[in-house]
Amino acid sequence: MSIHIDPRSLRKRKNREARFKALSYMAISVAGIFLVIFFADIVRQGYTAFQQTEIAVEVSYTQEVYDNPRSAIDAKIAPLVSRGVTRILPMHLRENPQLMGKTEKLWVLANAEVDQHVKGKANRLKPREVTLVDEMRAAGEIRKAFNTGFFTNGDSKLPEMAGILSAAVGTLYLLAITFAFSFPAGVMAAIYLEEFAPDNRLMHIVEVNINNLAAIPSILFGLLGLAIFINFMGFPRSSALVGGLTLALMTLPVIIIATRAAIRAIPDSIREGALALGATHWQVVWDHVLPLSLPGILTGTIIGLARAIGETAPLLIIGMVAYIQDMPRGVTSAATVLPAQIYVWSSESLRAFTERTSAGIIVLLAVLLSMNAVAILLRNKYERKW
Amino acid sequence: MTTTYLAQYLFAGLLPLALFGYLAGRRKIRAQQDPSARYKASENLFGWYAVTRMLLPAAVVSAGATILDLFDLIDVPWPMVAATALLLGAGAMWIGIKAIDPGLRVRTALEKTIVRVLLLASLISILTTIGIVLSIVFEAVHFFRIVNFWDFLTGTTWNPDGAIVGEGGTQHLFGSVPLFAGTFMITAIAMCVAIPVGLFSAICMSEYASLRVRRIAKPALEILAGIPTVVYGFFAAITVSPFIVRLAESVGLQADYTNALSPGLVMGIMIIPLVSSLSDDVISSVPQSLREGSLALGAYPSETIKRVVLPAALPGIVSACLLAISRAVGETMIVVMAAGLQPNLTWNPLAGMTTVNVRIVDALTGDQAFDSPETLAAFGLGLVLLVLTLCLNIVSLTVIRKFRQKYE
Repeated sequence: MSIHIDPRSLRKRKNREARFKALSYMAISVAGIFLVIFFADIVRQGYTAFQQTEIAVEVSYTQEVYDNPRSAIDAKIAPLVSRGVTRILPMHLRENPQLMGKTEKLWVLANAEVDQHVKGKANRLKPREVTLVDEMRAAGEIRKAFNTGFFTNGDSKLPEMAGILSAAVGTLYLLAITFAFSFPAGVMAAIYLEEFAPDNRLMHIVEVNINNLAAIPSILFGLLGLAIFINFMGFPRSSALVGGLTLALMTLPVIIIATRAAIRAIPDSIREGALALGATHWQVVWDHVLPLSLPGILTGTIIGLARAIGETAPLLIIGMVAYIQDMPRGVTSAATVLPAQIYVWSSESLRAFTERTSAGIIVLLAVLLSMNAVAILLRNKYERKW
Repeated sequence: MTTTYLAQYLFAGLLPLALFGYLAGRRKIRAQQDPSARYKASENLFGWYAVTRMLLPAAVVSAGATILDLFDLIDVPWPMVAATALLLGAGAMWIGIKAIDPGLRVRTALEKTIVRVLLLASLISILTTIGIVLSIVFEAVHFFRIVNFWDFLTGTTWNPDGAIVGEGGTQHLFGSVPLFAGTFMITAIAMCVAIPVGLFSAICMSEYASLRVRRIAKPALEILAGIPTVVYGFFAAITVSPFIVRLAESVGLQADYTNALSPGLVMGIMIIPLVSSLSDDVISSVPQSLREGSLALGAYPSETIKRVVLPAALPGIVSACLLAISRAVGETMIVVMAAGLQPNLTWNPLAGMTTVNVRIVDALTGDQAFDSPETLAAFGLGLVLLVLTLCLNIVSLTVIRKFRQKYE
């Protein structure tokens, strides 16, 4: 008996196989290509913000500076200098009265339009100013320097003065509150569900509920925070306290799920060994299960917190997108966080804010990627096969 | 309740009392235990025992007072509440310390308390859910008292601030159909990207790819999942939208800068890792024997995947897609930054559209009074969003769990 196989149909099948395989590799490539384009685009738009244009000016301190700070700078150059700098001059003079009547050569921030021109981007300089800037540049009186202000200033309406410090501090506050509430509660809940929970209806509901909570849109947590923490309990709007609590409720299910997985990975032989020696159930958990599952718990927590840092929608709802210039002084004062700062800058109309936004994104992504890298390293280092 | 009082209550009242109880409990057992006995219970445990006796009454009194205070039922001055809590706690602790003797089963007693605390912690998730549902329903009821629920669901004009002048002056219309149309349009576009790419990536990783490719591709997809949505939103608004407008112009079409296509595409890319990792799980849990049976009969891998693996994994894959839809419907930042504000009932993905989430954010970041219908509308929309995503989640999570059990 012989089986006849039509060679044409075989070729067809072979081709189909090749097509399908190519298609599947293509799908992964699409994701990869997007990732490359995405990072390239963000870096291309943002890297220029790490340098800022400075102008060499002769500042002459006179009595007039108090009334009209711009008069301290040569009238020809004054329009090129940042308004933020001229605002500081009278204050500087008040603190150092010995400067009165003297002249000082200073490198000061140029305004955003000059900065954009020097960086070769579209700007609104007048043609006369363009030639002046180009001349000064040729003479070495305009330079690009590392933009320390971006890391040491708070938000500002002037793009050249705007920085991320207050947002970074706000992020730290928020992170601390989120961690302080969600980590203990999450780990405790996971221990209960894995080790102590009876197999009854209530626990079944709790379990379904936790998975569900992890999939509820974040904006609804914002509505919760607004209704419960702000309207009902009367916590101050825009504060790190409300933001942190809201994000803690959001992070809780992530931490519970990760912790349960970590606890489940501990083999029963360890529990049974300890129980056989007369330890109580809690002693088994505290002395054996928890220390052994700690790397897994921490990995899950870091990933959960990294997600919380990047979250914006619920914070939008509870008003954490206000214009915040100074560092928050406590958990109840108005604060902003990095993603919210990015959102605020992205909706500014001035062109110069686009590069600030991208630079903020670069910083945010760097923080998030390093957190994820730490989580992966932890996992690889302490991962044990039982 | 002010924060200062709370801090004073905790640090000046509760903590010293607890410390006192701890030391007293240890002291009592030290006095009673025979120092030469071979088996001694740990003194520290008796200290903790004394502390835990105090915590319950103190917690009940303070929690009760806080709740009553929040509902404005009574107005007890806080020093009095704190004093009552501390007094009751001290009394309970005194009873506890009296009960201490070497025969007390202190480990068991402590354990019961610990397990109760753990149970409370696991109930937080339920409380959160109830909180979300109640807070949204409560405000939504206010809204539906002003606006007819049926008009809200079926109306085709969304005009909350009365910009359109009707027959009797300005009209405030809350017809949510255009918002949901926009949401579904953007979700559909996102799914057109996410489902094929995500599913094929999962197939590639679990069936074709070598270990080396997988080692690169998996973290890359995880990076995609870790990018904050505000960043995706910026990318969609600044890079993708202008690109699509130019692309449309080059083929002779007119596109808005707030078109539905760009947030849809970017959202699809955001969701790829969700689809691929869930499908990857599901596909990997199809037993190897099924594949080997098919391959042994001479089928190509692609035929095995199409005829055996995918049908076997279908329920799991469908529920993964439902979860992805739920994520897309609930996603906010991308649409807030890249989709429009104008409600627009159209099939054209190049036109500007708005979504439910955009209007929620817009209503709550505006400067209207909190109880104006414009603001309350956010909660009406939130309620529908909650019901929608909850249904999708419950169905898909149940199916995924059932599916895993079937093959385990």
